[in-house]
Amino acid sequence: MERRTIFSGWALPAALVLPQLLLTFFFFLWPAGQALFYSLQRQDAFGIRTEFVGLENFSELFADPLYVETIWRTIIFCALVAFISMALALLLAVFADREIRGRGVYRTLLIWPYAIAPAVAAVLWLLLVHPQIGLISGMLNAMGIAWDYKLNSAQAFTVVVLVSAWKQVSYNFIFFLAGLQSIPKSVMEAARMDGAKGWRQFRTIVFPLLAPTTFFLIVVNMVYAAFDTFGTIEALTRGGPGKATETLVVKVYRDGIVNLDLGSSSAQSVVLMLGVIALTAVQFRYLGRRRDS
Amino acid sequence: MKRGTDWVAHAVLCLGVALFALPLWLVFAASTQESGAIARGNVSLIPDPAGLGVYAQVLTEGAPGAGPVWRMMLLSFAMALGITIGKIIISVLSAYAVAFFRFPFRMVAFWTIFITLMLPVEVRIIPTYAVMAGFGLINSFTGLVLPLIASATATLLFRQVFLSIPDELVEAARMDGAGPWRFLRDILLPVSAANIAALFVILFVYGWNQYLWPLLVATDPKLDTIVIGIVKMIGTETATEWNRVMATALLALLPPVAVVLLMQRWFVKGLTEGDK
Repeated sequence: MERRTIFSGWALPAALVLPQLLLTFFFFLWPAGQALFYSLQRQDAFGIRTEFVGLENFSELFADPLYVETIWRTIIFCALVAFISMALALLLAVFADREIRGRGVYRTLLIWPYAIAPAVAAVLWLLLVHPQIGLISGMLNAMGIAWDYKLNSAQAFTVVVLVSAWKQVSYNFIFFLAGLQSIPKSVMEAARMDGAKGWRQFRTIVFPLLAPTTFFLIVVNMVYAAFDTFGTIEALTRGGPGKATETLVVKVYRDGIVNLDLGSSSAQSVVLMLGVIALTAVQFRYLGRRRDS
Repeated sequence: MKRGTDWVAHAVLCLGVALFALPLWLVFAASTQESGAIARGNVSLIPDPAGLGVYAQVLTEGAPGAGPVWRMMLLSFAMALGITIGKIIISVLSAYAVAFFRFPFRMVAFWTIFITLMLPVEVRIIPTYAVMAGFGLINSFTGLVLPLIASATATLLFRQVFLSIPDELVEAARMDGAGPWRFLRDILLPVSAANIAALFVILFVYGWNQYLWPLLVATDPKLDTIVIGIVKMIGTETATEWNRVMATALLALLPPVAVVLLMQRWFVKGLTEGDK
């Protein structure tokens, strides 16, 4: 990773990294340190007295069944979003990789949704699933299924999962397609000579060769589902009905900014931080491995 | 091998394309219809040409819950560009320093930047707000843009690109007596032009699509971005003007989609070769 340095002196390089370091310090390191600091403290209701309480905020957090429930809900949400979105993207990528007429057009029409904002994705779906104006809602109601995701928890959860997964399909599609294109044609030829075709060829040759891409995407999709879906959830359900669609990020926003519970919100921030650190570590360990091999 | 039309592939891909195109078409069709009809659940799949005036209406007047759309789009545009250009400049400079200079605390600087990967806004919500308040950056355009400019991902990417430049090229530049600035301008920037183009797309979309950050630091309606604005529009449950909401949604999509489509080739290459 080292390269022979070609310029001497330290004033110029220091000036070059300074802007980045200043931003990093003031907007990343300092606030993160504050979150750690606040997470060990408690303020009284009027914000006058502050006392050091050690890990009490954390023990309270994990003793709270609502918080533990939110953790599980977030994990299930992330797993479902990642799975649905990746499965659909892989299916489309496999067919878009074939030598067919107009595949450039197909690709473009499957790549543009990358640009959709999570919050805007929610608005696009209102015409389908909104209890009063949605087309699908109308059909379901006509079939005798009472559809109202603003009241029904299971329906609300289904909607946020589907919209979040839908928005991420293009991203995964781009990566799976690139992964498929990097499989050497000779490998596929050899497989065909051995009589592996269709589903068997996919299962025994293609899918294993895509493993690095798949693994990378699992990590990225988990991070996406945990963090970037905030806009989707806020626009659709605001975490409701009840707490049916409240993920950890929605909760930390509610408790911190809306309910102004400093100690608990900071402790939640620290828990999230540990989660991100774990995911980043996994990702880099893996990325490092890919570079070596 | 047979060379017929692969009907299965066409069928699957058409369904996939429709999965994204249909909701968009529906939104377009709805935007041209009467709000009352939409509210009753009577959306027609056929647009009404008479209703196209709604686009002029939202651009100049907006809809209940948010101001004129042209204003919010302009703000989103300025914010997205500010974030994109700021991130690229700052990352090129720091990657340049880390890759080509030897100075005290070089690795400390590198790891400090690296660590920010693990600290997205969501994990430091309240303290970041407090810092912003301390700097007087709440409800300011600078506050919307500045904190999002730091970028570990872009710095790592440029560092990787710089390190992959062949030694001969670096040596040749040195023999020519190129100083630090000329080396940056004549060698590094041209070599990384494709990466910069790809990063431009990724970062523009990132900047345009921000939701949580503006929600936190800009409560003044004058600083509503288009993404914030549209969520406000659907939040007014009582008198939602659905045709205006749908027109706004389409307008909100237009710039980032245009950037992705216009720069598709670079973007796809840059996305899959670099980091996320």
